[in-house]
Amino acid sequence: MEHKIRVLVAKPGLDGHDRGAKVLARAFMEAGMEVIYTGIRRTPEQIAEVARQEDVDVVALSCLSGAHNTLFPKVVDLLREKGMGDVLVVGGGVIPDEDVPFLKAHGIEEVFGPGTPLATSVEYIRTHVSREA
Amino acid sequence: MYDKGTIGKLKAAKSIWQERVDRIPPGKAGKSYTDRATTSGIDVGLVYTPEDVADMDYMRDLGFPGEYPYTRGYQATMYRGRLWTMRQYAGFATVEESNKRYKYLLSQGQTGLSIAFDLPTQLGLDADHPLAEGEVGKVGVSVSSLADLEVLFDGIPLDQVSTSMTINAPAAVLLAMYIALARRRGISPDKLDGTIQNDILKEYSSRGTYIFPPAPSMRITNDIFAYCSSEVPNWNTISISGYHMREAGCTAVQEVAFTLADGIAYVDAAIKAGLDVDSFAARLSFFFNAHNNLLEEVAKFRAARRMWAHIMKERFHAQNPKSMMLRFHTQTAGCTLTSQQPDNNIVRVTLQALAAVLGGTQSLHTNSRDEALSLPTEDSVRIALRTQQIIGFESGVTDTVDPLAGSFYIEAMTNRIEEEAWKYIRKIDELGGAVKAIENGFIQQEIQKASYQYQLEIESGKRVIVGVNRFQVDEKPARNLMRIDSALYEKRRAELTAMKAGRDSTKVQAALARLKQTAEGSGNLMPAIIEAVDVYATLGEVCDVLRSVFGEYESDASF
Repeated sequence: MEHKIRVLVAKPGLDGHDRGAKVLARAFMEAGMEVIYTGIRRTPEQIAEVARQEDVDVVALSCLSGAHNTLFPKVVDLLREKGMGDVLVVGGGVIPDEDVPFLKAHGIEEVFGPGTPLATSVEYIRTHVSREA
Repeated sequence: MYDKGTIGKLKAAKSIWQERVDRIPPGKAGKSYTDRATTSGIDVGLVYTPEDVADMDYMRDLGFPGEYPYTRGYQATMYRGRLWTMRQYAGFATVEESNKRYKYLLSQGQTGLSIAFDLPTQLGLDADHPLAEGEVGKVGVSVSSLADLEVLFDGIPLDQVSTSMTINAPAAVLLAMYIALARRRGISPDKLDGTIQNDILKEYSSRGTYIFPPAPSMRITNDIFAYCSSEVPNWNTISISGYHMREAGCTAVQEVAFTLADGIAYVDAAIKAGLDVDSFAARLSFFFNAHNNLLEEVAKFRAARRMWAHIMKERFHAQNPKSMMLRFHTQTAGCTLTSQQPDNNIVRVTLQALAAVLGGTQSLHTNSRDEALSLPTEDSVRIALRTQQIIGFESGVTDTVDPLAGSFYIEAMTNRIEEEAWKYIRKIDELGGAVKAIENGFIQQEIQKASYQYQLEIESGKRVIVGVNRFQVDEKPARNLMRIDSALYEKRRAELTAMKAGRDSTKVQAALARLKQTAEGSGNLMPAIIEAVDVYATLGEVCDVLRSVFGEYESDASF
């Protein structure tokens, strides 16, 4: 049987804007993935811990407050500390283009800005999850 | 509004006309001519006639501006008397920089202040809290104590400006600081004019900056209502907000329904707490979104005004006409801004602002073109403010009150929105009111369904977003965006440490102990909070006391 891709949709930081996170969570689910959503206002530590417990393939981070440069790399570091360096980490939100190189250098594989079609994010995850069933 | 004979003749003529229309071949898109719906899913006809408003009674349903049911506006003279308050939501980084931006905006003709606080402040956390790292100063200004507020309002005469503060869970604390600051400057609190958002219900349903559970949160709200009615009588004690639910994805109808349902819950709670409805209801204000569908939005504002008048008069038996008037602030829809071809946002904002003005708003914030990417630059904010000034001074739409009234379509749409919104309010009543409907997730689920639907329409191309799913161009990354320095966290830590070293900690501890006692009892919290912030107890310290008594709210994470 084909392995179902397991995705953790996570909201690090203090912003409560999770319209995008919820829409994506639902789109991933309807694309046949197993989806866990953390809810808003999670610390990087909480997110990494849930990722470990749920043994996810993907962590999709959403932040709209501008704190992404501080919070996203922390999640990546914590995942690596937990031996989960192979988890695909992607991000989205209100993120200026000029921050993308910094985020990519810190282990966020791809950054999806406002207006990205759902299909683009779904397809990216499908083609980039490395783990086989 | 027409006699039966006229309507009869019209019906006959219309059916002949309709037959002719039905014979016209479909347009290139192959769509029927009537296949259109608003964002609320209300079908829109090809044309509207007196038949669509035949059941209306002018005096009953519209009346004159400034008269019940206020459909046409709550003031008799509306913008002929005075334009709306142009109030740009602003605040970022440090109190010093925000103070400069406020003075700049006032010098450019803005007529009221609107304070944006950063997320730690909105969540009752001091700037040196570990969770504040990365967030300090990002979406607003960082305020942790009265010392910060002193700098934020330096040189700004508190008795001459009206100040709106987007603060909810810790609204009592920020209001207390504002009152304490006014007293120090020799200004009596009854001279203060402004608004605290203070709408906790929409925090649970859509915005997310809640701290305490619903019951103690409603107590704080009641305490603010009661305190202000005697001490700060010109203060708008709450801004009951549909804005954020709309941003979270609900429809225009849901925005009206959920906002008024929240309003009903606040009035209910205050009456249950022993307040007389007319002692506080005149100070309730509202906050709506101005979204893309121009005419649906105009109808929405008019419907909301009429509904609130009915609710206050018939449901709560208010006697004072002021208790029945829905006064509202509007902000253009942030969620409609695109990061693609950002200058197009200027045009979107213009149309949305026009809807707010044609709908009779009391104050208005126009978003800046670059806000899908970052906080706005000063240039972008100026264009946004100029947009309001052009509508106000050049377009002529302010020359007469409620100029779209009597349009068959506008009146029919106003009626339909009202009708659909009443259905939701009845449903929420059946569920036990807005607090229950939020606790059991009904309102959140309705918002999520609508938001997913909206996204699917964009994906399928049924809903066109210019520059996003049609008319795209290759673009260079946006430049010259506003940046907030992440090192701010360290700066603020140092400032707070210095402030704490300079205050009388015995007085702080005593004030916090009295606050705890009050919170454990049933007395009004406001005097105890004012006393605490006046001796420089911090926002975090005050909220920690309240957390220890009230506990914290945790929402579920369904999607």
